[in-house]
Amino acid sequence: MPLNLLVCVKGTVSSTSGALRPEGQPLSPSPLDEYAVEEALRLKERVPGSKTAALSLGTPASEEPLRSVLSLGVESAVLLCDEAFAGGDPVSSAYLLSLAVRKLSAAAPVQLVLCGKKTNDGESGQVGPALAAWLGWPSACAVRKVVEVSETSLTVERALEGGVETLALSFPAVLTLTKEINEPRLPSLKGKMAARKAQIPRWGASDLGADAALYGKSAATSVVKTAPVPPRAGGVSIPGNTPEEKARALAEKLKEMKLL
Amino acid sequence: MSADPKGILCVADALCPATAELLGAGRALADSRGEPLALLLADGAEAEAAAALGADRLLLLEGPSLAGAPEDAWEAALKPVLEAESPRAVLLPGTVFGRSLAPRLAVALRAGLVSDALTLRFDPEGRLLAERSICSGNAVAEILVGRWPALATLRPMAFPRAVPGQKKAEILRRSAPAAVSKARVLSFVPEAAAEIELGGADKVVSGGRGLGGPEGFAPLRELAALLGAAVGASRTAVDAGWIPYRHQVGLTGRSIRPRLYVACGISGQIQHLAGMRSSEVIVGINQDPDCPMMKLATFSVQGDLVKLVPALSAEIRRLRGA
Repeated sequence: MPLNLLVCVKGTVSSTSGALRPEGQPLSPSPLDEYAVEEALRLKERVPGSKTAALSLGTPASEEPLRSVLSLGVESAVLLCDEAFAGGDPVSSAYLLSLAVRKLSAAAPVQLVLCGKKTNDGESGQVGPALAAWLGWPSACAVRKVVEVSETSLTVERALEGGVETLALSFPAVLTLTKEINEPRLPSLKGKMAARKAQIPRWGASDLGADAALYGKSAATSVVKTAPVPPRAGGVSIPGNTPEEKARALAEKLKEMKLL
Repeated sequence: MSADPKGILCVADALCPATAELLGAGRALADSRGEPLALLLADGAEAEAAAALGADRLLLLEGPSLAGAPEDAWEAALKPVLEAESPRAVLLPGTVFGRSLAPRLAVALRAGLVSDALTLRFDPEGRLLAERSICSGNAVAEILVGRWPALATLRPMAFPRAVPGQKKAEILRRSAPAAVSKARVLSFVPEAAAEIELGGADKVVSGGRGLGGPEGFAPLRELAALLGAAVGASRTAVDAGWIPYRHQVGLTGRSIRPRLYVACGISGQIQHLAGMRSSEVIVGINQDPDCPMMKLATFSVQGDLVKLVPALSAEIRRLRGA
């Protein structure tokens, strides 16, 4: 039985180009989401006849990252976009995504949702497991390998702090992935052309039938303030003419600080 | 949930340094409001040791074993217990376990969650305020959790560890309903015991492009063993296949904050700095004195790491009289 695979993609500003002032900067898929896209494409190749789709929640500017996902071979995309969604938190974002997964599943049941382990902006890692909880589906976070996939379940491997765990999840399920899982492909020219022309529907609060108590400004957490991290005070250059002299001077410093 | 929340509840899957950090953070929060601190553990085997870590109450979850159970099973088992306890705040470790479970609990309890908290305090109304790192470590956001219970996972190494004391927690048993999980753990293979885990490591010796190849890690491992440090790596070293991914520090790897971070041959791309810039003391060892890591380092040592790292190991041995 072919699978319906769904990838959640967040459009974010590159970490190297002033993520602190994201206004007006171009968005691209958050780095780990690219691995989720690649894994969906690989699973589609493993289970012939499967379909892939991408889902994003964001402003109209998030259409661009969705197009870049389409250029890689994902067949369709939906953007959740509504001014009322602003001011939410990761759990409320997961709520809106879960409504979209239900809506998509009404047409063709989604078996597997793939997310990056965390985004490069918020870095909370909450959306994947929270999405699973809203849907009542099992989840596995920080997956590094899909060992086996069948019509009804899949077996995955993940690294915990003390070792490697292998677990089986019944469909439908949600996975969040680390970059160990694959090596993302590059888009083809043909893919880019097709992505340019693709229609990306936008769904708002009323399309999703969202409960206003659960998203946007009603979210349980809010950002009170953000402040740039002050640069670290400049350090000390360790003197010495030979490696041995430098090693001695450094070891002395570390010893003073009770680090040896 | 209840409009009359009370107390701090720490949730742990095992007794480990992260659990001691939960209790360290929890004790300060509990004392700030004069409310009780509880620790919830699934496994009864470690009850005695856990009871000595400063909690007022130790809740042992009885019933089908949750040790190593998937997160949806934990969610189902904990939901009724947390509803009955009605805590003001619930703290979970910033491990894969905590990061996986906390969002599920937040949804189940319609609660608010802050991930990877660096600091925690209550506002005058008893609502939780937490600081966390965002945007690749370039900024800190303060998050207000507007509902109870307030859930938080703690950034490893950000809070003082509770130490065993004379006071013993009152041990209470709570029965967990049989949880139906749609996931099943098939196996768990522990890492080699000799390896120090990166996330909770007090010291880290890390290598990057400047090592030149997988064999470049040998002197770093030697230094790490002398220091009792974990071994880290930059993305370049991991992508080149010189060392497994579990050692990667940075945006697409681990975020850590050890007391000592020794960066050998790592120039300090922003993605790498994102994972280690809050380390207490940073030592940079590099040929290029102007690279970002050397600018950032508490102590920068310019030179050939092939000579410097063994020289440092030799010096440490000499100082120890060995």
